[in-house]
Amino acid sequence: MHEKRNTKKKDDEKTPKGAVPAYLLDREGQSRAKVLSNMIKQKRKEKAGKWEVPVPKVRAQGETEVLKVIRTGKRKKKAWKRMVTKVCFVGDGFTRKPPKYERFIRPMGLRFKKAHVTHPELKATFCLPILGVKKNPSSPLYTTLGVITKGTVIEVNVSELGLVTQGGKVIWGKYAQVTNNPENDGCINAVLLV
Amino acid sequence: MSPDEDVQRLLIQFRDEAGESLGSPFDVPVTITPDKLQLVCNALLQKDEPVPLAFFVHDAEIVVSLEKTLAGQSVETEKVLDIIYQPQAVFRVRAVTRCTSSLEGHTEAVISVAFSPTGKYLASGSGDTTVRFWDLSTETPQFTAKGHRHWVLSIAWSPDGKKLASGCKNSQIFLWDPATGNQIGRVLAGHSKWITCLCWEPLHINPECRYLASASKDGSVRIWDTLMGRCDKILTSHTQSVTCVKWGGDGLIYSSSQDRTIKVWRSQDGVLCRTLQGHAHWVNTMALSTDYVLRTGAFEPAEATINPQDLRGSLAELKDKAQQRYDQVRGQEPERLVSGSDDFTLFLWRPAEDKKPLERMTGHQALINQVLFSPDTRIIASASFDKSIKLWDGRTGKYLTSLRGHVSAVYQIAWSADSRLLVSGSSDSTLKVWDAKTKKLAIDLPGHADEVYATDWSPDGQRVASGGKDKCLRIWRR
Repeated sequence: MHEKRNTKKKDDEKTPKGAVPAYLLDREGQSRAKVLSNMIKQKRKEKAGKWEVPVPKVRAQGETEVLKVIRTGKRKKKAWKRMVTKVCFVGDGFTRKPPKYERFIRPMGLRFKKAHVTHPELKATFCLPILGVKKNPSSPLYTTLGVITKGTVIEVNVSELGLVTQGGKVIWGKYAQVTNNPENDGCINAVLLV
Repeated sequence: MSPDEDVQRLLIQFRDEAGESLGSPFDVPVTITPDKLQLVCNALLQKDEPVPLAFFVHDAEIVVSLEKTLAGQSVETEKVLDIIYQPQAVFRVRAVTRCTSSLEGHTEAVISVAFSPTGKYLASGSGDTTVRFWDLSTETPQFTAKGHRHWVLSIAWSPDGKKLASGCKNSQIFLWDPATGNQIGRVLAGHSKWITCLCWEPLHINPECRYLASASKDGSVRIWDTLMGRCDKILTSHTQSVTCVKWGGDGLIYSSSQDRTIKVWRSQDGVLCRTLQGHAHWVNTMALSTDYVLRTGAFEPAEATINPQDLRGSLAELKDKAQQRYDQVRGQEPERLVSGSDDFTLFLWRPAEDKKPLERMTGHQALINQVLFSPDTRIIASASFDKSIKLWDGRTGKYLTSLRGHVSAVYQIAWSADSRLLVSGSSDSTLKVWDAKTKKLAIDLPGHADEVYATDWSPDGQRVASGGKDKCLRIWRR
């Protein structure tokens, strides 16, 4: 008359496999070998400095792209000065070196103080002041200069967010990774690394 | 010129373990050996047959001669030296060396194994929901008891050996008759979560073996009347799973739980007497000093025969015998309880007297899975997931030694009836027999294909049975 329903029912007859004695119930099955190997792997990662970031791979920017050669001298023959063509961050107390001696020129128009930082879980974006450039993936030279390109890890001031540690201390600095090309857009967009 | 005259002589006084002195002090040469001391002591004890004795001076055992034991210490010839004598078991259990049979039959891992109190029957519970009885004389399967609908987590023999209770993961308890393999009475259902432990009432309190205590994950301990097939009392107070329950010989029931406490109940009316607190994590296991004698009831391992027999005699006779044996093992002091926990420590308690522990025994580096008193209550053995077994003094809780040899967690241990040997089963699929006197490995028993979940030594000392994840039960003999 009616066809049997093609749905899965809880099978009361079958007993589950993997019988363990009473003293092993309530305990996770992960053996200590696995735990040890996980610990070792984590230690190795920490040592190598490899972190999980939202933008893992970026195109490496060559020197010709980031630094423009500025010719100086009476006959414009000397070519030891360079001008940064990408967005950069200089600290609060930044003072230029005497123009005769400065090798790297960071134009004021390309200096930024704030970044638009998105919290990945809350999906909310805040405009937070930048505290510093932590690492530029292309070159350590760019890190010292404060050049911000796509994939750079920067430190931002998150006291606005009101985060507190377990011990009760207020968190005021966190890392964020830049996700756009700031020199094209005119603003720095970043994702907070939680 | 007899050489004895040149040897230094000492005044000694024999004392037993409780401190009572035997005879009066007398003079012996320093080079006296344990054999001669034994002759003298037996003469003073005036027993019918000479009893083997071990002698201890200043907590060190006299092995070769009194002189050697006192070698490091300064001896005062003016004072009387106390020598403590300890009677050893008259019979001697021989170490098991070979696997005589590997019994297949279970279709899932063997989770629990138990010999009956006389050593006549062997029962095993498994993940395939059956309890199997095995014939020990031919080492073949005897009965398969079907009825459970989930893994059989724990089994317990009644002290007269006539009934077997088994608890399963579906929170049901069945009773079986070992002679026929049939179910006795009704299914005992009442718990809401799985049964973790079962314990019968001791024989010397009730020779009919009527009451059974069961501990469950739902946090309650139920006392069942097996004759009527119903629940007599429910002891609720624990807030988390009860991991172990023990029915003591003095009318008290002890239950340990994951809520870090041990509760002491009066078995007569089910009233909570005491709560023992101290552990920092789940209390996994407990052992009473009189465990072995409560398990064997009226059966005396010294009188064991090659073919184990059922206990004979009227109920009154059995009760008297059991009472006698219990009094002998217990002595003058109240029962001692040792508990092992996930916080890597053990506590030694005197639960009938005091809420505070006698001693906290630390040293393990991982959780403790099982603790056991030796049958003569002198040594406590603790098996842990840190691959070692530690031996502690049974009266004071002082650390004695560590037995290392396993390469993975040690799951269960069992003592031989004369307290000289200890067998341990581990997750590295081997069993090891350790000598308690020399504190070393005696025999290594490989053979299982996978983890060994359950181990038991028969009370008559002849066989060791072990079962594990490889679904087969192995019997080991000399």
